[in-house]
Amino acid sequence: MSIVETLPRLRTFRVPRLSGLTQWLVPIAILAIWQFVCGAGYVPSRVLPAPTDVVIAGWKSLQSGELIRNIWVSFWRAAVGFLIGGGIGFAFGLANGLSRLSDKLTDTTLQMVRNVPHLALIPLVILWFGIDEAAKLFLVALGVFFPIYLNTLHGIRTVDPQLIEMGRIYGMNNRELFRRVIFPGALPSIFVGVRFALGIMWLTLIVAETIAASSGLGYMAMQAREFMLIDVVVLSILIYALLGKLADSASRLLERLTLSWHPAFQKH
Amino acid sequence: MQQSLRVRPSDVAVLPSADLGEQARVARRLAEPKSNGLSLTIRGLRKSFGDNDVLRGIDLHIPAGQFVAVVGRSGCGKSTLLRLISGLETPTAGSISFGEEARAEDIRVMFQEPRLLPWATVVANVEVGLGRGRVQPDAKARAELALAEVGLKEKRDQWPSVLSGGQKQRVALARALVSHPRVLAFDEPLGALDALTRISMQRLLERVWSEQGFTAILVTHDVSEAVALADRVLVIEDGRVTHDVSVGLARPRRHGAADLAALEGTILGYLLTENQTDE
Repeated sequence: MSIVETLPRLRTFRVPRLSGLTQWLVPIAILAIWQFVCGAGYVPSRVLPAPTDVVIAGWKSLQSGELIRNIWVSFWRAAVGFLIGGGIGFAFGLANGLSRLSDKLTDTTLQMVRNVPHLALIPLVILWFGIDEAAKLFLVALGVFFPIYLNTLHGIRTVDPQLIEMGRIYGMNNRELFRRVIFPGALPSIFVGVRFALGIMWLTLIVAETIAASSGLGYMAMQAREFMLIDVVVLSILIYALLGKLADSASRLLERLTLSWHPAFQKH
Repeated sequence: MQQSLRVRPSDVAVLPSADLGEQARVARRLAEPKSNGLSLTIRGLRKSFGDNDVLRGIDLHIPAGQFVAVVGRSGCGKSTLLRLISGLETPTAGSISFGEEARAEDIRVMFQEPRLLPWATVVANVEVGLGRGRVQPDAKARAELALAEVGLKEKRDQWPSVLSGGQKQRVALARALVSHPRVLAFDEPLGALDALTRISMQRLLERVWSEQGFTAILVTHDVSEAVALADRVLVIEDGRVTHDVSVGLARPRRHGAADLAALEGTILGYLLTENQTDE
């Protein structure tokens, strides 16, 4: 009994508790070094503005309302494109995972389309849609379609057949089998697809907005480049990083809420 | 189904130990036999997978409420027989009939793997066993009763991943029991458990069987388990029943008792001699 009692105490020597702030130590350190290097004049401000300059530029465009407008436009494009592409990808993943016929009809075609880099379509998309919203939404939707499609399909195909047999024995009809066994079993894989898709979503949007847009963060960066406003360029890059981090955190939160049964998400 | 699951908290603690109270309880229940099992008649049953004849003509009658163990070497067709009885496979020829009209909930299977849904709590997993009854308002209460029966009431809100192997198998047993089946088929349910857990699970199986009176069909490769639990042991070899041994020993049986060991030796003898002629 005494041995059992001393064991946890021994363990605390090995693993010190990490607080929520730990993950921010490295970004803060990088900022500090950046500020020091620029402030001390080692790097000319034409090459890289100091963080404080970026903050000032951010504050200015925040006051003019331009920043908020551009962030909102980019966020809207990302979200709508993601919902359209992700929704279609999810639907095809479900259909092809559950129905042999649907799989035979569409999977080969989809696999062929998948091998075309979607950004290679930009010239065609500009010809079709101009530099309108539709062009950006189309590209984002096309980009997020495949990771969500593939991972939904994979998730459904790899649900434990023993569990499906169990469900059938216990008299589940197809709907119940889907709701209680197949969908929850595919969910971890679907989330992998969502996180991949979020990365592709930002990437596509940056490229599309940089090449052909009249608003949005990418446009803001390109405009600033024309006028040599390097602080604004850096600002928009940093905002992209922040938005990407936010999207990732949101999907992690969803994972933690829906996958609490999974051993990987359980607190010990 | 007259007899419902009863909650007896004392059993929760009693389970792992072989105390006299448990034995007295089993004996008392045997004195008042409950017959709500279904009888089972199998005629000329054959099953082939392509060119492979797994079962080559099985004729068998199992009276209602009997505990039958099916033993045999691996690949002899014993698991296929069980899958046919539980309706997981369809026979190539022959028939399986139950004494009365059987509902889907009347026949339940318990597998070697627990097959619990990892994303459902323990109590929700047991609710699955209610079949069509799982949408009714009393589903949760019935599931909790079944959990109490296997001594896991306090685990009701846990995820299956935190349970031990033996506990998972007890949840699977509760899921099989919750619809009050009249035939319960076990496909080596204790095969993956350690020796001590096996013995306590055997006691649990014997107890729920004697309480509920279902017809039990246990497929196992462990002859000592078969003679400890069953009224009758069927030896299957090459797709046929080669020996039909009735076990007339009084219950509860003690592991390691001389008469059990003698019977186990006889049955092992059957299996081993057939093994030698085969080679």
